[in-house]
Amino acid sequence: MKDLDTSGYSCPEPVIMTKKALGHSPDGLRVTVDNRASKENVTRYAKALGYSVETTEGNGNWILKISR
Amino acid sequence: MEEVKLTSLVRSSGCNAKLPPGDLHKALDGLEQQTPEALIEGFESSDDALVYDLGDGRVLIETVDFFPPMVDDPGIFGEIAAANAISDIYAMGGEPRIAMSLMCFPSCLDITVMRRIMTGAVAKAEEAGVVIAGGHTLSDREPKFGLAVTGFADKDKVWSNKGAEPGDSVILTKKLGVGLLMTAHKAGETEAAEAIEQMRTLNRYAKEAAEGLSVHAATDVTGFSLIGHSYEAADASGVSIMIDSKLLRFLPGAEEAARFGFVPEGRYTNEDYLEDKAELPDDIPLYLRDMLFSPETSGGLLLFMPPEDADEYLKRFPDAFLIGSVTEQKEKPVIVI
Repeated sequence: MKDLDTSGYSCPEPVIMTKKALGHSPDGLRVTVDNRASKENVTRYAKALGYSVETTEGNGNWILKISR
Repeated sequence: MEEVKLTSLVRSSGCNAKLPPGDLHKALDGLEQQTPEALIEGFESSDDALVYDLGDGRVLIETVDFFPPMVDDPGIFGEIAAANAISDIYAMGGEPRIAMSLMCFPSCLDITVMRRIMTGAVAKAEEAGVVIAGGHTLSDREPKFGLAVTGFADKDKVWSNKGAEPGDSVILTKKLGVGLLMTAHKAGETEAAEAIEQMRTLNRYAKEAAEGLSVHAATDVTGFSLIGHSYEAADASGVSIMIDSKLLRFLPGAEEAARFGFVPEGRYTNEDYLEDKAELPDDIPLYLRDMLFSPETSGGLLLFMPPEDADEYLKRFPDAFLIGSVTEQKEKPVIVI
């Protein structure tokens, strides 16, 4: 599964990055986000496309495992 | 020369760039200064502008607002920034007259871009009867633009965000959803034509439609969201505001933008700050929460009027719509049903 790090970016950038990355890896993606807005928004984007999202909290950030 | 996309130069845009309200209060609460008696509304109130008694039955109203661009077209950005800044004078029931510009401009941009921002601002100011008579310009990595606006009103006709009375109808004069749509727009997902049109529309007409009618309180809905500005009015007036979510009107496409995660960061910081000030139904749909807490840019007037005046107002100004009513103070200042 490919990794995408959106740390340091603010919305809507992480959603745009996720959209592009999912275009290349349609089966799934592991996305690192470092703020609540990005966590919520990337999760919504993936779910709106029918993916499931598993969230783990890390060191000041979250890892969103996006999969079919 | 290749056209530079203004929005690509900025981190956040429009009223979404406001500092979160919680931070602002931490910085400013309790800051003391000597204030003259003529200052009717000042620092300590959460009103839209300062009001200064001129002593001849008239008051001076002054406000400032500037922000980074939310659209790429410099002329339209100038129009929106001007309409947004001038709106605070209308929200106080005043007539705007003179303004000064505040411009932050990247040295890498062609100077004609500044000219186009100013051309848009001057045209919108003219529509409002305002002359831009000076200003100040800084070199900055991110472009920002806005106006400091001065207006006037009869002292007994000034509107304030305090004065809402139980039984008042609550009216909003523009649709919600600008913040959501402009976030999707920044991501290249939508043209957001209706949101842009609404942002560049002056609140002049909404204000003038209330001529001769009783307005107990007024404000405009901008960066602190519908809930945030309702809370400020409820708190200042010592009442609670009931918002009927079924009555709200949204810009087309805003719900879709929210569903796909094009939600401005300010929606989350507003919600954090306002969580204990508003009561929402447990089963409220997520998109509705987004609409209620998202920052609006150049949003509509929020008017508190006796029901019979509200009925007449809605006949005169059909873009406006009823969103709820004012009640005696309850546990929470804002209640959404």
